Amino acid sequence: MKKQSKHWYDYLYIFSAAYLILGFFNILFAYLGLICFFTPLAIAVIDGNKLYCNRYCGRGQLFSLLGERLGLSSKRDVPKFIKTKYFRYGFLIFFMAMFINMLFNTYLVFSGARDMQEAVTLLWTFKLPWNWAYSGTVPPGLAQFAFGFYSVMLTSTVLGIITMIIFKPRSWCVYCPMGTMTQGICYLRNRGRIKKEENSVSK
Amino acid sequence: MAEFRRKKAFVDKKYCVSCGCCVKVCPISAISIYCGVYAAVDKSKCVGCGKCAKACPASVIEIREVREAQ
Repeated sequence: MKKQSKHWYDYLYIFSAAYLILGFFNILFAYLGLICFFTPLAIAVIDGNKLYCNRYCGRGQLFSLLGERLGLSSKRDVPKFIKTKYFRYGFLIFFMAMFINMLFNTYLVFSGARDMQEAVTLLWTFKLPWNWAYSGTVPPGLAQFAFGFYSVMLTSTVLGIITMIIFKPRSWCVYCPMGTMTQGICYLRNRGRIKKEENSVSK
Repeated sequence: MAEFRRKKAFVDKKYCVSCGCCVKVCPISAISIYCGVYAAVDKSKCVGCGKCAKACPASVIEIREVREAQ
């Protein structure tokens, strides 16, 4: 058995951790998170696979590190309902609805209808003051998006950490909205091949 | 003909989230993600070590004994 060698992409958990830390100091770093949003979608649409989840997802690696190597995970099985398509797609829809709500708030600030809120909303409910991370260098609308997007990233990380502790280290992957979305895209792109494969197996 | 019992990994494709955790831990690269939709085990390579089953966050991999004629 060969020992699997480490690649540069096995260290992307550093990027994920740095992202969360940088957001504490300057909220504009939140824009870097768009990479984690568009890269998996681009890979799924263009190449038709989940290479992002499989190889490049820094968050997954971070949960593995915390749960597996640091032993913070209890490694219990996730409840069956979390694995179902209903829950996964339901969570995706909920997450997207919250995302659209965040975009709408950003639009309101852009149009001048609402003042910018220097706060990070955790778990879509708790508003945490975050005024130290913004020094007024960009228009309020752009900063509002940064606050909103960082809220999304922090919320999903907190949820992931909670399930990492209670269940298996990467249990976030089971209901990760990006994972669900890219899997759905991959299915639509490759359904011909998948059906053919299934038929050949069942024969 | 002699019959052997061997352990192999089986994936419940219906619930697989194709995250790739199993691919990362497999010591002999016997598992891969098929079209980004589910994990597929190469049964001719799999030795049934159970690392993938342990790592799978959705716990959809099961190690089962199969009978093989040789």
